Amino acid sequence: MILLIISVVVGAALGFLLPLHISAEYTPYVAVGILAAIDSVFGGLVANYRKMFDIQVFLSGFLCNACMAVLFTAFGNLLDVDLYLAAVVVFGTRLFQNLATIRRYMINDWVTKRERKSE
Amino acid sequence: MFKNDKKVKYVIAIVCLVFSFLIALQLKSVQINVDNGTALGERTEWLEEQLTLERQKAESLSAQIEEYQEDLLLIENESVETEGYLKVLTKRLERAEMLGGLTQVHGPGVEVTIEDSTSKIDAGNAGAYLIHDIDLLRVINELRDAGAEAIDLNGERLLATSEIRCAGSTLSVNNARYSQPYVIRAIGDPTTLENALSMRNGVVDVLGLYGIKTSIVKKDELLIEAFDGEVQFKYAQMLTAEEETE
Repeated sequence: MILLIISVVVGAALGFLLPLHISAEYTPYVAVGILAAIDSVFGGLVANYRKMFDIQVFLSGFLCNACMAVLFTAFGNLLDVDLYLAAVVVFGTRLFQNLATIRRYMINDWVTKRERKSE
Repeated sequence: MFKNDKKVKYVIAIVCLVFSFLIALQLKSVQINVDNGTALGERTEWLEEQLTLERQKAESLSAQIEEYQEDLLLIENESVETEGYLKVLTKRLERAEMLGGLTQVHGPGVEVTIEDSTSKIDAGNAGAYLIHDIDLLRVINELRDAGAEAIDLNGERLLATSEIRCAGSTLSVNNARYSQPYVIRAIGDPTTLENALSMRNGVVDVLGLYGIKTSIVKKDELLIEAFDGEVQFKYAQMLTAEEETE
């Protein structure tokens, strides 16, 4: 757990402090990629609650979804169709579904713990 | 939290690292891009202020010119009685001919070539990808604003009475028909003329949005032919000297 927090902090620090920046043309692509990655993370959490978490599935989903979302956005630009909307809608919907699932699991956990304590 | 497999833990840590790095980078970039946008806006405002200041200066200068012209008129009136009479008249005639486009003129300037778009055309919006009279008028207006002293379009000298108007797929200038590509040649300061056309959000930029191709070539020496047609004045009449003083 500590390792995870450290890596998040280091990553954020690198991102903010390195003298890199993405030009305005490319920020939409990165944004869609980030959205896909967030979806994968929540998907992973749900799978973890269901005891179905598999690191290979998670990792491939994380990379493939992000890359595909970016590629679709680029392809959409070529076709002059806002294909990134598809990525936003699909990943957005899934994100909220997964959040709801996680919330239910958390409430269940909490309730069962309290019942055990009161017994 | 997860299966207590060390490898899995490290992989997840790397994913977290990459992920947070990306998010941080993205947040920073969006912020920077937004800041750049506003900075640009502020600079535009500043430039506009400077422009108004310069315009005011130019106005007071042109008032001065008027004064000098009055002086000149007095001097000319004096010389009317002397032998300089003919000389003054010839000078004024030359000037009027140059103003009217009745003489060949040469000097430095630019040559602007404008061609229809060759990009694939959106159905229903085909007209936007063709050159219209208004596009050429905007280019010519911009050239005049930048101090162009003589302009011709496809070899047709532009006068004060010249029309530029769509006539089907061709263009009517001085009652003659021309089709694209349109070549506009203007005598004036080449750098100023070029900058006036190619400034940001200027005429060339806007035409470029529709794929209309514009090329500007600066020339050290241009020769612009005289107007070879005839303009008849049916309604406009010159005031006689008596009427003028009334």
